[in-house]
Amino acid sequence: MLEGILIGLQTAFSIQNLLMVIGGCLIGTFIGMLPGLGPMSIIAIMIPVAISLGDPSAALILLAGVYYGAIFGGSTSSILLNAPGVAGTVATSFDGYPMARDGKAGKALTIAAIASFCGGSIGAILLMIFAPMLSSVALLFHSAEYFALMVVGLSAIAAFAGTGQVAKAIMMTLLGLIMATVGEGALFNMPRFTMGLMDLQSGFAFITLAMAMFALPEALYLVMDPSRSKTGQSGDIKDLRITRDEAKSIAPVVGRQSLQGFFIGVLPGAGATIASFLGYAVERNIAPEKEKEQFGKGSIKGLAAPETANNAACTGSFVPLLTLGIPGSGTTAILLGALIALNVTPGPRLMVDDPQIFWAVIISMYIGNLVLLILNLPLIPYIAKILAVPRNFLIPFILFFTLMGAYIGQNNATELLLLVGFGICATILRFADYPLAPLLIGFILGGMLEDNFSRSMQLYDGISFIWERPMTLGLLVIAALLVILPSYRARRARARAAGIADGD
Amino acid sequence: MALDRWIGLILLGIFAAYGYAAWFTMDGSLAPFMRRNPIWPSTFPKVLSVMGILVGLIIVLGLEKSNKPREENPSVIVYRQLREFKLGQAGLLLGLMVAYALMLRPAGFIIATVGFLVMGSVILGERRWVTMIVVAGIATGVVWYLVQVVLGIFLRPLPAFMGV
Repeated sequence: MLEGILIGLQTAFSIQNLLMVIGGCLIGTFIGMLPGLGPMSIIAIMIPVAISLGDPSAALILLAGVYYGAIFGGSTSSILLNAPGVAGTVATSFDGYPMARDGKAGKALTIAAIASFCGGSIGAILLMIFAPMLSSVALLFHSAEYFALMVVGLSAIAAFAGTGQVAKAIMMTLLGLIMATVGEGALFNMPRFTMGLMDLQSGFAFITLAMAMFALPEALYLVMDPSRSKTGQSGDIKDLRITRDEAKSIAPVVGRQSLQGFFIGVLPGAGATIASFLGYAVERNIAPEKEKEQFGKGSIKGLAAPETANNAACTGSFVPLLTLGIPGSGTTAILLGALIALNVTPGPRLMVDDPQIFWAVIISMYIGNLVLLILNLPLIPYIAKILAVPRNFLIPFILFFTLMGAYIGQNNATELLLLVGFGICATILRFADYPLAPLLIGFILGGMLEDNFSRSMQLYDGISFIWERPMTLGLLVIAALLVILPSYRARRARARAAGIADGD
Repeated sequence: MALDRWIGLILLGIFAAYGYAAWFTMDGSLAPFMRRNPIWPSTFPKVLSVMGILVGLIIVLGLEKSNKPREENPSVIVYRQLREFKLGQAGLLLGLMVAYALMLRPAGFIIATVGFLVMGSVILGERRWVTMIVVAGIATGVVWYLVQVVLGIFLRPLPAFMGV
């Protein structure tokens, strides 16, 4: 491990990669602050740039920096404008915005930055401990287990979608999976489901789909609903300092939420959003009575909890990506797509085959967090000026960047038409409350899922691998439970509620 | 029927068509020696189509109940919101994106992009022509430079008939 860390340090501290972290964090913060643009959209927009770098470590470092920056930028707009750009920072606005209204915007930003820093750094330490452990276990896996593991990942994503949403999330995952079967697969030398169109021969492009699923609907929502893009007076931000007492009172919160957030982040499907809400709820419940009243009115604990948790969860979500090659969230799914485009296959072999990538990413997480703290924080008053860009200029630019992203990736104008078409479909799906991240995750995992499935079928000459390999069977049972349990519990809760009503 | 179930119905149709292709049309062209394989190109799609149809039925028939009251269901809220939404602007912008896709090659990057950015702002209600054109011009130049020179990806700057 020590050797790996040294390799990582060497790679991460090269001038190019340091610039990547700094640049990524700044770009992420800059764009993440714009209301309505979440980390997924930003990363999707940045992918063509990252891929054209050609160096997988640099690309992943850049994208990870953008990811952190975007989360931090999202917190900033939550605090200053009560306009969270990302679901993961909604909980931040509960206490951050009241603080800003009381004229304590500077202090709120500092607390957010420090909490994010601690959450991210502690998360990175945990990642260093757990990722090698997990990947040494994962090395024992065969294609049958991989197949089962991906099924578990996909069902967990559906299971965490929330009550009344499980079927929709599964539907979206399946839709992603069938989209992945379009085109010529690696195992069979025949085009499938192309409807005779040459343009579909190589399948749908991942970047186009990522843009269409996230960036375009966000931009369209901004157009349709002007109240979403309120660009208010951010005012002057001063007095960034916090007192010793304040630091003391948030320290235990930060400690607890780093751990909790990290482990929530590791679970597939449960990302920064769930971690931040849960962190907020937990801290409110265990706070002393006097402080409990402060929650929602500008409590520093209420601000520190979700900020710590969401950053720790972001780091945690890298664990399944780096060790198993299975993305647990939309963002890591996009990162996985970028890695595959760069000819790197994340998974347990990554640590063995490309240790410099694995460790450089982890080391650069520290650097990224440090950059956010010492570089971005003092710059925030200036960066916040971007909030004053009128939406009439902003929206065409966002649309233009999504178009460019899809075009640069494929160099094909048909891709742009596909982008618009998918974008419209994605917007309608969002209207109807269908989650879009499972679709993209399904699309990205689809090829690998089918490959592993086919390989196991060939090895065992049929589906007997399911019951002949206990681990595969166990994982598939877990997957089935994950899907069935939430709806069973909801049904029972409803039955009980109905029973009480009858009794009255 | 709420919007989400209508969409469920459409998705059900997609899966039915997909399933039809997987079960009935794909295997026809399969080479005889491949038929002895335990796995066919259509195996995985067959599984997916069955699952998709089952889940689609669950959505369309409303078997999975949401705990949220009907009023809070976002797909019910949508009907109310839609009237307040600026659908016209969104539609025009989408049309503009299609136009951009069709114009990018024939008109060249610079004309198409400046046109796109200016028209986009105009659709959103901007009327400061000079500012718009200057901003769009600078942005186009910078992006063209970054893509063509820094990233090394060819983007035809000028219309096709002007060479290059």
